[in-house]
Amino acid sequence: MFAIAAIALLIAMFLGLARLFKGPTLYDRALAVNAFGTFTVLFIGVMGFLNQRPDFLDISLLYALINFAGTIAILKFFRYRALGDVPQKPEGDQ
Amino acid sequence: MEILINILLFAIMVACAMAIAKIRHLFAVVMLSGAFSLLAALLFVTLDAVDVAFTEAAVGAGISTVLMLGTIALTVRREKPSYRSSFVPLLVVILTGAVLVYGTLDMPNFGDPNAVVHQHVGPEYIERIPKEVDVPNFVTAILASYRGFDTLGEVAVVFTAGIGVVLLLSGLGAKARRPKILAQNSDNNEASS
Repeated sequence: MFAIAAIALLIAMFLGLARLFKGPTLYDRALAVNAFGTFTVLFIGVMGFLNQRPDFLDISLLYALINFAGTIAILKFFRYRALGDVPQKPEGDQ
Repeated sequence: MEILINILLFAIMVACAMAIAKIRHLFAVVMLSGAFSLLAALLFVTLDAVDVAFTEAAVGAGISTVLMLGTIALTVRREKPSYRSSFVPLLVVILTGAVLVYGTLDMPNFGDPNAVVHQHVGPEYIERIPKEVDVPNFVTAILASYRGFDTLGEVAVVFTAGIGVVLLLSGLGAKARRPKILAQNSDNNEASS
């Protein structure tokens, strides 16, 4: 059961990798990396249950947090070209 | 089952590495290297080295992706095609890999309880930790209890580094420049109004 889930997740990772490779636009690729991080979270959970030791579930939660923060950082970088203190642009100045 | 999963993970990693070598669009390369780090972290998790995996995910997929994006923003977005022969680099890589594989020949089998490293202080810790610390993970018990001062020092170092990074990213230099820009803006506004 969990083995099938793990294999399915690996196949999904491969498909995400294909989208990363082909992805015509930048947003396809950013989304693919985000999905890849989600697969990582799920895979850690499934591996825990597969090995009969679901102690690492909280670690997969941490991965979810890292994934979220990383995606925010990438998108913020797209938008503002800077990470720290973003200078406030006047409205309509795009 | 575990062997199959490891083989599949390695296959995806190899595919990822070949894609990184093939693509010239540098943004895609950065995203792919983030995915590569996540795969490496998954391999560490299957090897039960969760702390190493977490460091790999935080540094490889988190920080270095952002740093590489910053580099791309400062330079160019496409890699120039290389016309030089890749024979010598390939040879160097193959030789290094062969030396590494040769180095593993002397190592004990993975998870062998009779290996030398498991005979030194390991049994003592395994005996003492359930009585003295009572934390399910022995690595956590050793890091946080037996070597607590060491970890405290590490935390101080990481905290100092974090303060430095926050100071750099918060743009002290930009703040020093900003009054000038603001003054120019207000001049423009006055001129336009």
